[in-house]
Amino acid sequence: MFDVNELPALSAYEWAHEEKHAFLTRELCELTRHHAARCPEYHKMLAASGVDVDRVQRFEELPFLPVRLFKEFSLKSVPDEELHKTMTSSGTTGQQVSRIYLDRETSTLQSKVLSRIVGEFLGKQRLPMIILDTSAIIKNRAMFSARGAGILGFSMFGRDKIYALDENMQLDVEGLKAFLKKHEGEDIFLFGFTFMIWQHFCAELRKSGYRPDLSRGVLIHGGGWKKLADQHITTAQFRQALHETCGLTRVHDYYGMVEQTGTIYMECECGHLHAPVWSDITIRRPSDFGVAEKGALGLIQVSSLLPHSYPGHMLLTEDEGRILGEDDCPCGRKGKYFEIIGRIRRAEVRGCSDTYEQK
Amino acid sequence: MTNLEKYINAFVESLEVAAEDVPALKYGESDQWDSVGHMSLIAALEDAFDIMVDMDDIIDLSSFEKGKEILAKYDVEI
Ligand SMILES: [Zn+2]
Repeated sequence: MFDVNELPALSAYEWAHEEKHAFLTRELCELTRHHAARCPEYHKMLAASGVDVDRVQRFEELPFLPVRLFKEFSLKSVPDEELHKTMTSSGTTGQQVSRIYLDRETSTLQSKVLSRIVGEFLGKQRLPMIILDTSAIIKNRAMFSARGAGILGFSMFGRDKIYALDENMQLDVEGLKAFLKKHEGEDIFLFGFTFMIWQHFCAELRKSGYRPDLSRGVLIHGGGWKKLADQHITTAQFRQALHETCGLTRVHDYYGMVEQTGTIYMECECGHLHAPVWSDITIRRPSDFGVAEKGALGLIQVSSLLPHSYPGHMLLTEDEGRILGEDDCPCGRKGKYFEIIGRIRRAEVRGCSDTYEQK
Repeated sequence: MTNLEKYINAFVESLEVAAEDVPALKYGESDQWDSVGHMSLIAALEDAFDIMVDMDDIIDLSSFEKGKEILAKYDVEI
């Protein structure tokens, strides 16, 4: 197997199809064997799938787990004494949350790969950082949420950090003024969750009439569009609001999930989400889970080389999307690029994983 | 203050631990040195020695001893 410690040395978007696909196939087969040898539940599922890893020609032939399984089972491939931390997904009240078990190696790998990907958009320097959220978010460590974990993960890329909103969700106007004066003429890194930015940061700016000059800012935001889509807010409206209220133009959405932390899919200057070299996107038809043609809508499968401590290297998400192209985005980045359409209805996904379990 | 004192002090203040416990500390092995504590520690070290730590070094700084090696790269001898 590829030495995992060398993974972060790869360049995030340099490899075209042939090289990347061969690399992923070899490594994902190896990871499949790794988990089958260490996680009894995974071993059973692999056996039930009938796939012979030694005969796999393309990684798409390997079995994938519905992401929901991490809500129902404790799946891990390391002994308990090697566990370093457990991540949980954010769930609405009453919903079960995913539990993802990390050892030190997987956790470090996640941080390193995330820093490679983000570095492609922010540069190598750590920039002064504004967190577009409330300072209350990481105060209570016991209630550590996926949002708090996301903020901390991205805090590595910043320095001299401030929160745009105080503990009462009010805009910290004086704090922002002082910060921008201190860092006049510098590029600034902004990070936040899409819905929080829209609902609180933009709204507070509008209300207050304060118009900070963030034209040198680079915003990375994530967390999904569901809440905004429910309010019929489009990407264009979101970007327009940021431009009007604070002059921000460099705005990058990202797609990612706690079940595969580290390998996030960043939105490029052309508005396309890009798969980095350590992971890939496969679109599957909801009818038979076969690989959909380029451009066709289907369920998003994510494959990542980072999960070593839990068998989450190949997961079928509940998100729907389509591949827009591969290796030929005008931004120059190689690899597949895609878009997310939304989330599939729960009942359909349930059906899909039940089918899988019955095999 | 010597560099060693400053170094220990950064741990004490950012992680809220006793000075005598500092040399045995490892990231992730105590409640205080979790991911929140880690970012405060980095900020405290940067302030104490007036340096800017690279991302890779932030990730690699996993123990009291490892931190000394990393600071040496920034011409800070502990
Ligand atoms: Zn692109």
